[in-house]
Amino acid sequence: MQFFLEVLIGGLLAGMLYALVALGFVLIFKASGVFNFAQGAMVFFAALTFVGLTERLPQWFGFSPEWAGLFWIALLLTAAIMVLFAWLVERFMLRKLVNQPAITLFMATIGLTYLIEGVAQGMWGAMVRGLDLGISDEPVMWLLERHNLMISKFDLVAAAVAGVLVAVLAFFFQYTKVGRALRAVADDHQAALSVGIPLQRIWVIVWAVAGFVAIVAGLVWGSRNGVQFALTFTALKALPVLILGGLTSVPGAIVGGLIIGASEKLAEVYLGPYVGGGIDSWFPYVLALVFLLIRPEGLFGEKHIDRV
Amino acid sequence: MIYREAGQFKASYEEDQQIFPIKQDRIVMATLVVATFLVVPFVASEYWLQAVLTPVLVFALAALGLNILTGYAGQLSLGTGAFMAVGAYATYNFLLRLDGLPFLVGLALGGLSAAAVGIVFGLPSLRIKGFYLAMATLAAQFFIIWVLTKFPWFSNYSSSGIISAQRIEILGFAFDTPVSKYLLTLAIVSLLALAAKNLARTNTGRSWMAVRDMDVAAEVIGIPLMKTKLLAFAVSSFYCGIAGGLYAYTYLGTVEPDGFGLDLSFKILFMIIIGGMGSVLGAFLGAAFILLLPVGINVLMHTSVGALVPATLASNLELIVFGVLIIFFLIVEPHGLTRLWQIGKEKLRLWPFPH
Repeated sequence: MQFFLEVLIGGLLAGMLYALVALGFVLIFKASGVFNFAQGAMVFFAALTFVGLTERLPQWFGFSPEWAGLFWIALLLTAAIMVLFAWLVERFMLRKLVNQPAITLFMATIGLTYLIEGVAQGMWGAMVRGLDLGISDEPVMWLLERHNLMISKFDLVAAAVAGVLVAVLAFFFQYTKVGRALRAVADDHQAALSVGIPLQRIWVIVWAVAGFVAIVAGLVWGSRNGVQFALTFTALKALPVLILGGLTSVPGAIVGGLIIGASEKLAEVYLGPYVGGGIDSWFPYVLALVFLLIRPEGLFGEKHIDRV
Repeated sequence: MIYREAGQFKASYEEDQQIFPIKQDRIVMATLVVATFLVVPFVASEYWLQAVLTPVLVFALAALGLNILTGYAGQLSLGTGAFMAVGAYATYNFLLRLDGLPFLVGLALGGLSAAAVGIVFGLPSLRIKGFYLAMATLAAQFFIIWVLTKFPWFSNYSSSGIISAQRIEILGFAFDTPVSKYLLTLAIVSLLALAAKNLARTNTGRSWMAVRDMDVAAEVIGIPLMKTKLLAFAVSSFYCGIAGGLYAYTYLGTVEPDGFGLDLSFKILFMIIIGGMGSVLGAFLGAAFILLLPVGINVLMHTSVGALVPATLASNLELIVFGVLIIFFLIVEPHGLTRLWQIGKEKLRLWPFPH
């Protein structure tokens, strides 16, 4: 039981990390109907830019690398770069692909993935970098003593960050003017345009927000596994989460993340030994697939009605 | 002046339904066939045959397979690499375990195995669509590669799943030089391409296109959705399976499961985007383009232009150029190189007049 709980909680916390990446997908899909395959590459790009800046800034401006403000300056600059990136994507890609079928836009984002990966590595080099956010990856002591549970402090902090991010996003979507405009665009592009919502600005905003989510995801994942090319694969991990939760639902991304994270770990521990291990490479996909056969639009996705 | 159909009258239905109704097209095709079969083997160097022409043909076949599924039947697939892997490993096992099995039969059995696997992973397409379906094919991609890596039986207990292709022998003739392998690949690929071109013009092909354009509407006018979609998966996977077999036997010789990863699937997806969706010619143009692009970039990097590019950027230039090209193509010409070819032909028909 002890062990089961440990695996379950570990899985749930890992699931929050998946949800963090899935969130970026959901935001863009909701607002522009684009299935943004490049989200994983954006996570990689954001993390690499942040680490690169923390390395280079002290060299360029001659202050100490230990200075506490460095973190915030680098974070702000990375955010600014993500906004610039969002603008570029809107200006040179989305704007030219208005009214194209969804599959075309999807494939364009695959192209974007390659572009970002190439540019990121061209700018900052391809070596693996460490990233230290000052959160240690050790078990929480009182849980270990009181209940004999091994829960990593780092996982807890990461999950808390994800939770806060979701709360902020939910607030942003529900109560701000821009958030309302975003929801309007998500409902119906044409109707939104006709009541005077500037579609193109909304797209820049939503890509920028997805960029900020990518920064957070990149920092959390990067400090866990090192900032390296493998970060782009987080997108692949986020896909089943997304499908399970429904493409258009923010809470769906979180719930989907929790389900995938927990079941993946449980399956690896309890089923894995029988079939030779390593099943977490495909288990989430098959789980999502089986789930889809029962509910084709995911847990919280909008039901789609076909009309001829 | 050179290219026009004036004066070519069709006197029978057969003539009217030819694949190439215009005489000049037939001449070009015949020249192409003669050139690829009879001239290229004598002219091209071994390097070109082995490292450029054979892979282009193999990838063109895989792209053709994906094009049937995605371009004609409209079902997005990200699992092409896995279906190729099934073809390669099934061919290997059939040839290994059934003594004296002719190579071509083994290859066909490999293709059929891939078709069977394709049908299984195509089953969800009856219920889920679009991006959700892409997920099902991703499941196939990861699951199949995992199976091939984890169960050593498939690779005859070799380390980490690597298989080495057996010697190809057909009717006592050994195909072991680059020229003979190229000719074998060319023959198989041309036959299958011809079959695909014809299949697309039959009832089946038209049903696929109806399903692609709108499956509910297709169902309403009486097209059996299940049969049509599963057939598309089966035929597509068969083509991919044969391509996988050729990939292992005539191109690389030694393959491992990881070589059939998601990257390969994406590469083939790019081929049909750049070549043109829903077109046989597009598969060939796309494969040639995607495979020759890195060669071209490499050559360019070694000239004086290359010296201007910083070293860190140069190694990533291929990725960047790939990405930019894909976006560029989708914006400027969503129908790919095939469309450019058609535009060229239209212009030639009117030449030297503008209209």
